[in-house]
Amino acid sequence: MNHLLPLLVALPLLGAGLLAATGRLLPRIAAETAGVVVSAGTAVLALVLLLNSSPPLVEWVGGWPPKASKGGESVGIVLVGDGVGLGMAALVSVLTVAALAYSWHYFDEAPEGQAGTFPALVLLFQGGMCGFAIAGDLFNAFVFFELMSVVAYALTGHRVEEARAVQGALTFGVVNSLGAYAMLMGIGLLYARTGELSLTAIGRGLDAHGGPDALTLAAFVLVLTGLLVKAAAVPFHFWLPDAHAVAPTPVCMLLSCVMVELGVYGVWRVYGTVFAGPGGIPAAGLEHALLALGVLTGVGGAFMCWYQRHIKRMLAYSTVSHVGLFLVAIGAYTPEGDDGAALYILGHAGVKAALFAVAGILLDRYGSVDEKELHGRARELRLPAVLFAAGGLALAGLPPFGTAFGKAVSEEAAGGPFTVLYVAVSAVTAGAVLRVAARVFLGLGPEPEEAAQAETKGTGEEPETHGRLGRLPDTMVVVPTVLLAAALAMGVVPGFAGVVSHAVSEAGSGGAVVTTTHWTPAGVLFGLLSTALAAGLAALAVTRPHLTAPHPWTDPVRRLRSGHLGDYVAWLVAGAALVGVLAWPSVLGG
Amino acid sequence: MTFFPYLVAAYIFLVGCYGLATSRNLIHAVGCLSVCQAATYVLLLTVGYRDGGTAPVFSDIRPGSRPVVDPVVQALTLTDVVVGATVTALLLALVIQVVKRHGTADPDELRELRG
Repeated sequence: MNHLLPLLVALPLLGAGLLAATGRLLPRIAAETAGVVVSAGTAVLALVLLLNSSPPLVEWVGGWPPKASKGGESVGIVLVGDGVGLGMAALVSVLTVAALAYSWHYFDEAPEGQAGTFPALVLLFQGGMCGFAIAGDLFNAFVFFELMSVVAYALTGHRVEEARAVQGALTFGVVNSLGAYAMLMGIGLLYARTGELSLTAIGRGLDAHGGPDALTLAAFVLVLTGLLVKAAAVPFHFWLPDAHAVAPTPVCMLLSCVMVELGVYGVWRVYGTVFAGPGGIPAAGLEHALLALGVLTGVGGAFMCWYQRHIKRMLAYSTVSHVGLFLVAIGAYTPEGDDGAALYILGHAGVKAALFAVAGILLDRYGSVDEKELHGRARELRLPAVLFAAGGLALAGLPPFGTAFGKAVSEEAAGGPFTVLYVAVSAVTAGAVLRVAARVFLGLGPEPEEAAQAETKGTGEEPETHGRLGRLPDTMVVVPTVLLAAALAMGVVPGFAGVVSHAVSEAGSGGAVVTTTHWTPAGVLFGLLSTALAAGLAALAVTRPHLTAPHPWTDPVRRLRSGHLGDYVAWLVAGAALVGVLAWPSVLGG
Repeated sequence: MTFFPYLVAAYIFLVGCYGLATSRNLIHAVGCLSVCQAATYVLLLTVGYRDGGTAPVFSDIRPGSRPVVDPVVQALTLTDVVVGATVTALLLALVIQVVKRHGTADPDELRELRG
């Protein structure tokens, strides 16, 4: 079974190569079918491997295993397929299939006459993300990280005729590449210390060397910077709203629901395997860094989410805000916290992808994703309205959605004051979604007025289809419905949580720590509370629209997002310094 | 082994970041990003350096007869160069599109996406 692991990367790459080579000759339907078939095949493979991932699969690619005669050293490339890595690969693949199905046939062909380009890029993206999820050594993790990043820049700027798309893609590209180079510097330092590249071997090497010192701390900060840029933690997050607001909708689904989460996964994986030992960074260092950044991310993302009128941008900020919650769950550094983060990421992926899909419907039908301009115009869209509202409720943590389950488990693991953060962040981000649902689909509240201040509007966007949609294609409605149903099933199907916690415990502690996760009365209660708060906030916003308009007192925070590339780079450097400062005391103490 | 090459690597990285943060031209910014990447080359090659070592090519020297520099980091650097070329090419292509659509390469004038 382990020999099949490299296929997870090879299959999509091969498919992408074939599509890129033959794309000019193929009719559109053939190219799209080929894309869906290859990504679905990879998804099936990922799921089959996932079912066989206990005990974890290990594959030395090309038959270069470590040799005992050489002291167990190896220069081979190792892929590790444990429950969490393969789970992420399966999530990536399933969402890729969903994105390709969503764009099936309707998506405007660009460039003209090259039907294979878009599916080929999406397959390449899938291959890069799967590779990152199962990479067992740091340098390959970096290579796959760069592969998925580069494809993501290209996909974000896919509609090259649009001014906003290319600008967003450029910001995305520069900030993420800088993060990746920081990560590579960290990998170089770790190699200098240990002479190893595979994650477990670096961990052992650090432990053999003795306690942490300045070099370990520098490596920790640099590697974490790269991963946190990808995860869009505040203050590394500035690229995300730009990229997600301008990327084509199917690409948004992949960026927001799984690529960003791969950054969180990377933090968990790298800390757990490399730095968790006595020679690494003490757990207190990770906790301080992740909890502080997580709170900042959650609050900052929710705040900005509330004041957006551009619907895709609002969803993007809601992703930022939820990443904060994932980081807090991981930063709690308990087995339950890891379970909670895993469940939350799975549920969030389904819900957020469905919300983006509905936003895409609005864009293609009305040529706008502006909350104010669309006021009451989408009354005719019954099913999308239901889906959008259900997505909002799921985001708020309404039991029994998978998001509510993940939120409840993470909340209890983090405990104490963090419960307030979880409830508040869920309520505000979901309140913004519900407010949009009420205004756009139901036409509630007074007719909006134009604000005096400059803000990013969602008007005048080009539909992604050939002209505006008259009748909705079935695929565009079926995909969000299935995704929401899946998110619901995650919280309802008995045994699902058990499978997830088993996978997490096996990947995290080698199965030494066994946890059980289940609904608790407190979790259900807080889920209902945040849903009620979200509904209340939405009602307040609909009846008093000035509450969502930019206020003078919010200006200082909003001005931080200046739209200037240089500022974002400066924030990245400041963020790296912040991580260092937060982790430093634990190294001194240890 | 001195610390000097490590300091050089750190300096190159930070100088690239400074250039990015203060850039007034997007092509210049992409160039600064390449400067940051050059820091990773310096760091990796420094890590693999051995005093008195020679190139790890064993066609004319006997293995074990004299120290050689670490070939692993050289392979990493080569991969890194390929990655860097791809990224730079793509970003420059995006800059060309930005200039075509916005009519400027000055990041100060690209303030549409904010807030």
